[in-house]
Amino acid sequence: MFENFDPRDGKRLQLLDENGNLNSEVKDLPLLTDIQVLQAYKTMIITREADEWAVSLNRQGRMPTYPPVKGQEANSIGSLMAVNNDDWFVQAFRELGGLLVRGVPLSMHYLYFLGNEMGSHYEPKKYHVLPISVPISSQLPHAVGLAYAELYKKTNKITLVFNGDGGTSVGDFHESLNFAGVWKAPVIFYVQNNQYAISVPRHHQTASTTIAEKAFGYGFTGVQVDGNDIFAVHAASRIAADHARKGGGPTLIEGFTYRLGAHTTADDPTRYREDEEVKEWKKKDPIIRLEKYVLNKKLITEKQIEKLKKEAKKQAHAAFEEADSFQKESLENTFRYTFKNMPPILEEQLRQRRELERGVN
Amino acid sequence: MQALTIIAAVNDALMTEMQNDKNIVTFGEDVGVEGGVFRATVNLQKKFGERRCFDSPLAENAIVGTALGMAMGGLRPVVEIQFSGFVYPAFNQIITHVSRMRNRTRGALTAPMVIRMPYSGGIRALELHSESMEALFGHIPGIKVVIPSTPYDTKGLLISAIRDEDPVIFMEPKRLYRAFKQEVPEQAYTIPIGRAGIVQQGSQLTLISYGSQMKEAKEATALLHKDGISAELIDLRTIYPYDKATILESVKKTGRLLVVHEGPQSFGVAAEIIAMTSKDAFEYLEAPPTRLTGADTIFPLPSAEHHYMIHTDQIVKTARQIVRYQP
Ligand SMILES: Cc1ncc(C[n+]2csc(CCOP(=O)(O)OP(=O)(O)O)c2C)c(N)n1
Repeated sequence: MFENFDPRDGKRLQLLDENGNLNSEVKDLPLLTDIQVLQAYKTMIITREADEWAVSLNRQGRMPTYPPVKGQEANSIGSLMAVNNDDWFVQAFRELGGLLVRGVPLSMHYLYFLGNEMGSHYEPKKYHVLPISVPISSQLPHAVGLAYAELYKKTNKITLVFNGDGGTSVGDFHESLNFAGVWKAPVIFYVQNNQYAISVPRHHQTASTTIAEKAFGYGFTGVQVDGNDIFAVHAASRIAADHARKGGGPTLIEGFTYRLGAHTTADDPTRYREDEEVKEWKKKDPIIRLEKYVLNKKLITEKQIEKLKKEAKKQAHAAFEEADSFQKESLENTFRYTFKNMPPILEEQLRQRRELERGVN
Repeated sequence: MQALTIIAAVNDALMTEMQNDKNIVTFGEDVGVEGGVFRATVNLQKKFGERRCFDSPLAENAIVGTALGMAMGGLRPVVEIQFSGFVYPAFNQIITHVSRMRNRTRGALTAPMVIRMPYSGGIRALELHSESMEALFGHIPGIKVVIPSTPYDTKGLLISAIRDEDPVIFMEPKRLYRAFKQEVPEQAYTIPIGRAGIVQQGSQLTLISYGSQMKEAKEATALLHKDGISAELIDLRTIYPYDKATILESVKKTGRLLVVHEGPQSFGVAAEIIAMTSKDAFEYLEAPPTRLTGADTIFPLPSAEHHYMIHTDQIVKTARQIVRYQP
């Protein structure tokens, strides 16, 4: 698997270059069909619009802290399109595009960042998605456990899990890769290497040349892909998924990408990176190159694109309004989900809260 | 009926439940072939196979984290932490995920899982093999904390823990693992979590303890009765959510309270119980509610271990002082 793309030989898988040209020399890799390409492109557009709208809402004071996805869209969209809808999708927190591939309503994502737990109430049977995980990389063991459960139940379902380059320093990352290797768990570890963990550059996280090569130390394969190239992301994920489903165990994919925006809306990236660097990466924008490709291939017209973007904007606005008008969580709900059945101690505390809020004399 | 020790009752509970429910899996360090360093899981792998009872790599955080993944994936994992002194790496998973998955997802995902671990001192062990840190767990919203003190309760409570829809920390008093045998039914039965047990009725003093300290508490209760002091002995059994009703009923009857535990004093289980009774049974109290606990010190290595432990005569002495108290 990935013999020609060993990260230890300095290889990185790229299929679609910055000018939107598809490399015709690479053989035997699963390519997106035209229909899939259009679907991917559309999802990237709505993700970009939704993301930019969230940032703008934050500036208007209508949205609390929000972590932008801009520039990284191809990673979660391409990989989610390579797995089945009932495979587990374990998020970090920068996978909005992947959520939309899964069919999770955009309004839920907004609802979560508006500070409402109902934004994490994904019906597991419908979406097979785990909620956003705030403690960095702590979601990785869950993915391995889910994969074990599916292996145990012989369902042939796999698990796709995300974290970031900073997250590869956390113990959970190493423990999870180790457990998955030993258990031959059907997992794809997808690391979005966006070059920074807030302000800390990649080379301050690890002394290894690539993140992908770490997989070999745990007894399985790692591959680095151009994370702004949806064809490469999809192809690698597809191969890893087939490998896992056939009982081959885990794969580590490093998506080499870049966060064009701030870490969160509370961050000022000019403190730690040069404009020049951002400018260079803007040329590698995953949407620009896919746009070139779909136009060259005449899968879509300029006019249709314009309309698409307008509609995406409208969709984002409507989704936010829906989330914003969602019922606020009640005092009761802050107690109700601590346990399945509320123990007497908690019932009493709830009664006390109610009385205090009512203002007894 | 069969006469079992506490450790055999743990094994029996696992045997019984794994037979009943094929979604139960159990794993941890040395849990498979060896059957655990205390033999809690002995013969389980032989009986249920390597997919249901197995050794995991040595990493507590991932043991708990993968167990949570399994629980969300429809299994019922029971994991063993070899000694409670090594559970600390797993605190991240316990606090940031296990305890809050139900709340975080408003019930969409839950964590029906059990984290078993031997705890308590008095066995002349290495560093970090003797502590009683149950209060740390009691402070975490969203998990239940259970500590049995007899073989009968062990089986019934462990089965309840396994069947519970929420995560349960199950702490086993290793000093009592093989201390005595008790008749234990062969079939499955449950003892409700959140319910204390009244071990001995009494009228002058409520003595509350749990887990490994129950041995001394029982001995003290008998000595006190011989002395003409009628002590009511309560085995708390569940640290969280603790049985407030039983405690209050008893204290209102006796007017006096002594809570005994091995764990450190400050911010401990006794502190919680005494704070609660001081308010809710204030007008019934005839003496200051008192605690006799481990000190706020590092648990000593074996040569000085006896200085840390609470001994029977110390409980008797303290109880007498409470009963004789004059305002
Ligand atoms: C365990 C933990 N430590 C610190 C933080 C605060 N924090 C949030 S995001 C972040 C950087 C994460 O970097 P990376 O894994 O590269 O992901 P990225 O944000 O770049 O997507 C930090 C330090 C956290 N959420 N969790």
